[in-house]
Amino acid sequence: MSSIAALAAATLVAGCGGAGSTGSSGADGNTLTLWTHNAGNAAEYGVVKQIVKDFNASQSTYKVKIQAFPQGSYNDSVVAAASARKLPCILDVDGPNVPNWAWGGYLAPLDLSKGQVPVKSQLPSTVGTYQDKTYASGFYDVALTLYSRKSVLKKYGIRVPTLDKPWTKTEFTDALAKIKAGGKFTNALDLGTGDPGEWWPYAYSPMLQSFGGDLIDRSTYKTAEGELNGDKAVEWGKWFRSLVTKGYAPQKSSKSPGDDFRNGKTAIQWDGSWSGQANVDKFGSDLVILPPVDFGNGPKIGGASWQWGMSSTCSNKEGAQAYLNFSRQTKYFVDFAKATGTIPATDAAAQQAKGYETGGQFNVFLKEAQKFAVVRPVTPAYPYISTVFSKTAMDILAGADVKGALDQAVSQIDNNLSTSNYSAGS
Amino acid sequence: MATTLTPLSTRPAADAPPTRRAARGRARRRESLAALGMVSPAVFLLLLFFVIPVVLAFALAFTNARLVSPVPAQFTGLQNFRTLLDDPLFYKSLRNTFYFAAVVVPLQGGLALVLALLVNAKVKGVNFFRTVYFIPVVTSMVVVSILWTFMYQKTGLVNELISHLTLGLVHGPDWLNNPSTSMPAIILMSVWQGVGFHMIIWLAGLQTIPQDLYEAADIDGATRWVRFRYVTWPGLRTTRTFVLITITIAAFSLFAQVSVMTQGGPLDSTTTVVYQAVQTGYAQQQTGYASAISLAFFVLVLAVSLVQRFLTREKD
Repeated sequence: MSSIAALAAATLVAGCGGAGSTGSSGADGNTLTLWTHNAGNAAEYGVVKQIVKDFNASQSTYKVKIQAFPQGSYNDSVVAAASARKLPCILDVDGPNVPNWAWGGYLAPLDLSKGQVPVKSQLPSTVGTYQDKTYASGFYDVALTLYSRKSVLKKYGIRVPTLDKPWTKTEFTDALAKIKAGGKFTNALDLGTGDPGEWWPYAYSPMLQSFGGDLIDRSTYKTAEGELNGDKAVEWGKWFRSLVTKGYAPQKSSKSPGDDFRNGKTAIQWDGSWSGQANVDKFGSDLVILPPVDFGNGPKIGGASWQWGMSSTCSNKEGAQAYLNFSRQTKYFVDFAKATGTIPATDAAAQQAKGYETGGQFNVFLKEAQKFAVVRPVTPAYPYISTVFSKTAMDILAGADVKGALDQAVSQIDNNLSTSNYSAGS
Repeated sequence: MATTLTPLSTRPAADAPPTRRAARGRARRRESLAALGMVSPAVFLLLLFFVIPVVLAFALAFTNARLVSPVPAQFTGLQNFRTLLDDPLFYKSLRNTFYFAAVVVPLQGGLALVLALLVNAKVKGVNFFRTVYFIPVVTSMVVVSILWTFMYQKTGLVNELISHLTLGLVHGPDWLNNPSTSMPAIILMSVWQGVGFHMIIWLAGLQTIPQDLYEAADIDGATRWVRFRYVTWPGLRTTRTFVLITITIAAFSLFAQVSVMTQGGPLDSTTTVVYQAVQTGYAQQQTGYASAISLAFFVLVLAVSLVQRFLTREKD
């Protein structure tokens, strides 16, 4: 029994020590392993494969091998591999997780100065920084937006908002009331609430920020008090709930809100730029891509998508750096944007990606990302904050007492912050 | 002469017992070595996937270990358990878990028995029905959950059926988004999914009952009910205990349905202890606290199982 206990204790120490400095892996000599979350996404995976192929052909020193995972199990795989010190050299990471993984010691700081594209020319939200160091960099970002149809807005006498003059809260609520009264649509508004997980903080915390609240106090990153449960946040929660009680939006959207919009069940949809092409294909010039609503503190959307980094346990950091720098070519930024319908991270790439060039129909996404994007709080506590916010927002939508739910969320987050000794900030 | 002959003739005889004993000992040692060799893969796997995780969970419950952290875990004593006692979500999870078990155990066990009695009859097409009832069991719970999520939608199959059957008078609720119907909806689906499995176990039990007992009962002119009451029911005693305990443990570990269909909502009406533990351990990265929840859950299941064993023990 004592040997088992000793073994368990040894495993415990090994497992919980975090990815410290002792282990090293991810490369077999000059053959480096690369992990990506794109197993279920042929278009994006194709670009990754192309870059790796080009890199392997461009020089004879290093060889990169790809291992692809389905997105749903990717994060768990990385965390498990990190505990076992079996991380690959090169891996991709969802933007908001960068501080957590950097703090946990999974990621190593990067020197990206040798790439063709300078880091400075990228959209800020596509660069993952933590404590003044760059840990990850992405080829694209996505933007949140409202989709509707010109004909619908015209029919109900609703003003078409512009980037410079977005809808105000009153205007927006009036528009929803008019569409609801018209009785032609199952949903006047669809927020896409059928999708659990990271979508919730990504899609709805920008609304909270536009009301004037936030997930955490960003001046100290030590408390959520006053931000997540202040008057502004309560106002947001009440408004959010009212969308359901007034019958403007379904409490739980269907599994494919995009199809509901394209099939005419929904009048206005809150969705990402990735649906832009499909919506244009369906509605052509009748489609309008509208900026987010200004609830008082300016329009806001979430920033940061998938990015690339290097593990701290990588035994061939030169090779990993060489690959990452090689990948920083404008043509790959363009390829990603084309393959996935996302916003190219640089202006130069945007000019070459159809639709995103100046005057293009998707250029509005790029402008939104430049003007309105707010990155999710840069703190290792983010994964925790994310789950608490998702649950709280779901409870509010289901009819929980707004102030009580937000107070409880704050006390949970503050408790986590005070017991974990995070060091936060970009 | 005799003295010289005796040793000669007796020597082999005198030597024989120790030699035979040694041979037997060698054989036994070889046998136990072989046994050890054969059992070792199982023991290794048990150690790796059962003993070590259990011991780890016990140990981690007393630390502040986190899934992602640069600082090593520290011993924090009973801190996690103190937090647990103040955690309103834990009480809700406990209540939901007990609620689920209290309804599912009699419902699923009883329904399975009724089905088993029906398909145990000697009529044509019995195999067809056995298969039909068993199909949900072999289908993955995740797939079943996704399908039922569609059926439970506000304009889904269930509500359409209700509307048609009542000639449009009754409109069903939004099953999974209403705190008062979410748990019953999950219970209904879970019973439907699991009932086939326990039907098979009841069936196996029914077939162990000697046929001559039924014949004797027939000769005595026993009615169907009397036959069930005095032949079938007592004959199913061990099966009953087994079904009771397996359903109870399965009911306590309710997770997949909740994770796929409701994520514990709305308003915590479907959160369970296992769901809370997984959510805390993975999504919120609090390994230590999740271990404490698991430990509390383990003690709970153990206690309930022991009580059940006691109540269903052989009474002489």
